[in-house]
Amino acid sequence: MPVETWLIFILIFMIFGSIAALEIKDILSSIITIGIVGLGVSLAFLFLQAPDLAIVQFLFEIFALIILVRAFVKKDYHLEASSRVNKILVGVTIITLLAIFYLSISIFQALPEFGKPLLFTSSHYLQNGLQETGSANLVTSVILDYRLYDTLGEVTVLFTAILGSLTILRIKSKKADKEVLS
Amino acid sequence: MIVYLLCFALFLVGLYGVLTKRDLIKIILSLAIMTYAANLFLVLFGYQKDASYPILSEGSQVLAMVDPLPQALVLTSIVIELGTTALLVAIAVRLFQKYKTFDITKIRRLSG
Amino acid sequence: MKHEGMTLIVKTISRIIVPMIFLYGAYIILHGHLTPGGGFAGGVILALGFLSIFLSYGKSFTMKWLNLKFLEEFEASSILLFIILGVVGLLFSGVFLINMLSKGDFFHLISAGQIPILNIFIGIKVGASLFLVVYALSQIKLEGEE
Repeated sequence: MPVETWLIFILIFMIFGSIAALEIKDILSSIITIGIVGLGVSLAFLFLQAPDLAIVQFLFEIFALIILVRAFVKKDYHLEASSRVNKILVGVTIITLLAIFYLSISIFQALPEFGKPLLFTSSHYLQNGLQETGSANLVTSVILDYRLYDTLGEVTVLFTAILGSLTILRIKSKKADKEVLS
Repeated sequence: MIVYLLCFALFLVGLYGVLTKRDLIKIILSLAIMTYAANLFLVLFGYQKDASYPILSEGSQVLAMVDPLPQALVLTSIVIELGTTALLVAIAVRLFQKYKTFDITKIRRLSG
Repeated sequence: MKHEGMTLIVKTISRIIVPMIFLYGAYIILHGHLTPGGGFAGGVILALGFLSIFLSYGKSFTMKWLNLKFLEEFEASSILLFIILGVVGLLFSGVFLINMLSKGDFFHLISAGQIPILNIFIGIKVGASLFLVVYALSQIKLEGEE
């Protein structure tokens, strides 16, 4: 079967999975369903001939699942039933989103056809990548030689986000300590 | 063209989750769905029919390869998404410690 | 929990498997310019190796085996070395972050200039910081949970 048929099948499966993940009431089940949607993305990357991205997406998604499950399971809390105003709001949102989807069909018809990319800069990277950088993996040569400054920015963002989450998780409030001691 | 439309529909499902849900955990999951849809859309742009992955070995043709530039951009985006999710989870755990609930309407009304 | 960690079978198997996980992570980092993978994927595999020891042996054994201060300084210093490598390129050739080392023979392990060195720094940084996040998340104690 051609690649486009596989991709349509995977995308329909992911849409149903994500709608189910948002409507299920149990926390653990919805987190696991998000994990299935992420694995579907990794499979779609394999069909689109991007093995580097498939490995990275799979591993980082497993780590996101570990963090979510460790933080949110075993908390018992109680959500009350939604009022009438909330139901009207949900209906208006669904109608607005369907209208946006219908009006944007004409925009997507102006894009180039699926399977014929416009290779303006990338033809230079594909032809001269091995000679200029010496690495056989062309994606690595793009992120670690031609666009190294963007990788520096990305490492900085990851560093700052992890630093921020470590700071938030380590603050000890004095009031909690006084309650425990008394 | 249908593939692009389905990808946009996945993005709109995530947007629906962010706008209408009242549970903080569901909002974090909807942000993850939106990021998956955006990354997939970028990689769909670079696909060439009957081409192979962009890794050279001893003697392979260069012209029949997919575009490596969107793949490099999406690699950066996947890594940044993990950092964002970790920070959001840390904030949510701290909010639960203080307010004992994940409902965002309750968190707005209590004070101090 | 009554005693730390998991049962004897899990401890024995993880003692055999974890060095292989570290070896596999180092392989993916070092061959980043020849096969798919690179610094980011290898860093996550290293973090999962640390996490496997943390889960099967419990908290106190892991704190004796690993030094947490050392891990934090390791993470911060690898980014500093990254920037120093870029500034050295600036001093010698006038362009920040230029690839100055020799290209070598193609398709060999030692080739492509400074790309393997950068992969090692990124891998160490990602691995250390992801393990620290999961460790800090497991320190939170709430009421109704031990």
